[in-house]
Amino acid sequence: MKVYDMPDERGHFGPFGGVFVAETLVEALEELRVMYEKYRHDPEFLAEFAYDLKHFVGRPSPIYHAKRLSEKVGGAQIYLKREDLNHTGAHKINNTIGQALLAKRMGKPRVIAETGAGQHGVATATIAARLGLECVVYMGAEDVKRQAPNVFRMKLLGATVVPVESGSKTLKDALNEAMRDWVTNISNTFYIIGTVAGPHPYPMMVRDFQAVIGIEAKEQMQEMIGRQPDAVVACVGGGSNAMGIFYPYIDVEGVRLIGVEAGGHGLHTGQHAAPLTANSPIGVLHGNRTYLMQDEDGNIIETHSISAGLDYPGVGPEHAWLKDIKRAEYVAITDDEAMAAFHNLCRTEGIIPAMETSHALAHAEKMAKTMSPDQVVLVNLSGRGDKDINTVARLANITL
Amino acid sequence: MSRIQSVFSALKAQGKKALIPYITAGDPHPDQTVTLMHTLVSSGADMIELGVPFSDPMADGPVIQRASERALVHKMGLRKVLEMVKTFRETNQATPIVLMGYANPIEAMGSAKFVALAKEAGVDGVLTVDYPPEECEAFNRELADAGMDSIFLLSPTTEPSRTELIVKQATGFLYYVSLKGVTGAANLDITEVKKRVAEIRKQTTLPIGVGFGVKDAATAREVAAIADAVVVGSRMVLAIEGSDANNLISNVQTLMKELRTAIDSV
Repeated sequence: MKVYDMPDERGHFGPFGGVFVAETLVEALEELRVMYEKYRHDPEFLAEFAYDLKHFVGRPSPIYHAKRLSEKVGGAQIYLKREDLNHTGAHKINNTIGQALLAKRMGKPRVIAETGAGQHGVATATIAARLGLECVVYMGAEDVKRQAPNVFRMKLLGATVVPVESGSKTLKDALNEAMRDWVTNISNTFYIIGTVAGPHPYPMMVRDFQAVIGIEAKEQMQEMIGRQPDAVVACVGGGSNAMGIFYPYIDVEGVRLIGVEAGGHGLHTGQHAAPLTANSPIGVLHGNRTYLMQDEDGNIIETHSISAGLDYPGVGPEHAWLKDIKRAEYVAITDDEAMAAFHNLCRTEGIIPAMETSHALAHAEKMAKTMSPDQVVLVNLSGRGDKDINTVARLANITL
Repeated sequence: MSRIQSVFSALKAQGKKALIPYITAGDPHPDQTVTLMHTLVSSGADMIELGVPFSDPMADGPVIQRASERALVHKMGLRKVLEMVKTFRETNQATPIVLMGYANPIEAMGSAKFVALAKEAGVDGVLTVDYPPEECEAFNRELADAGMDSIFLLSPTTEPSRTELIVKQATGFLYYVSLKGVTGAANLDITEVKKRVAEIRKQTTLPIGVGFGVKDAATAREVAAIADAVVVGSRMVLAIEGSDANNLISNVQTLMKELRTAIDSV
């Protein structure tokens, strides 16, 4: 059997990935690459990581059979991997703990992060507080407005939140600004990237730290139904929750992997954040080569999604590769479809999902309808929707 | 001999150092760029670094970011930048032009097409900020085949083993980034720069330009004493930003003359 083994030594997933940064960042990335190689198989490091995942995050997260939703949809059985039950309410914490433990071993007293919806910022601020690290979070000024509760959470946890006023004032600009901070403060600062993008080793490292989701899911599905699901579905912005659940399944035959991008107002309108589904051209941004939403001059175009966490013009390079080798499929779900799935899960299962996750749920419903009741779709319920209640209320013209 | 090499050897013969101003193409308005380029030359530039605007200039500080944003308002893209160089070359065949920018606009155009158009327009060198040598060998060969130079950055954190790798691919000159940070950041530490430039000279005979922190005539003089070229970016862009249509040219001239005098006083 051919075993999947990616990326190569310099972080390439076929033509994607790599290290596309200014010379000023090269040594810092090299230091990180060497340190991560040293610790990724180190039993003591892995034991500390596992301990925190169990006792601080509350892992393993359960898998739940959404029976009423499955019945209502009619078709395949829908199962949910409950990352929403993690400490801080999303999968993001898995990765921030891994990177913060690495920062500690590298003797860096200061961590920085970029954030879109604020989940990664909260997860970084959380572990920074627990480990006594100084924490600065860059967030697009637009997102600061959209996600006020998470901004306040970060501040409660002792982090400094810096609103980024440049460019489109969203996630990509926050990432630019975090990179600028890092290059200026390299000697004492560790940059905790929140998704499977950025220069090598980030896409690989974030995937490895998130792979706990898929590793657990494989065991749990075996226990619950005696086999693996027919399909695994997850939402994709940068793609960390999807990579986390997909990765351990890549070599498992018969399991379809489906990434769900943000279709925004619909692909035909151009207002979306679905570079893979829309067949965007390949380009270079944020240190790696991948599919990128851009204009004919190669400038990055503004994306649209109802969910700040998916509002990103690129996608992690490993997803680009999985698309090209046809191991994973990518589809888009519109804002409206995601909202409908959001309400559906609230009412039928008593679970308020994150708006990002609602995209995966919407596609799972579509798929399940075309499948038989003895088939199984596993959805990565990547986060809970408490952070989104203001947005949902606003859409319904309700003032809280 | 490339235009860049000729300039450096002519200056060396005269015992002078090169002044390389940076402007972003299309800032403050595309109509003014070619005029500004001629102004830079007439007020003392030995070479021009022309920035290609990009939506996500990760290695640049706020000053050059704003210049990119001003240019992008006018839909200033790589194709138009090359047209400007072509127009500039109609009346100036002597001053080397180095394009400085990011990889994505080049990849969007396609590297072969870019190299052909750049050559035709009269570009002399290309500095692609986010193309470290490991990721751009093929592109470098294309540039070399077309007779254009590949300019590379060296940073305060670049180890000697890595400098070795870079100088193997670099042609024209090397650009030493004088501080840890983005363009236009804090003041440079001249003692440290002196030490590093001396170390780099042990590994290469290429001319060395220093930039990223030259804020005034005094720093320009200090840098000129150490390096073969002084690159002035954010300070130049600030002068443009602080001008209106009436005093743009005279403000740029004033700054250029200050810098030229300082550099020539070494």
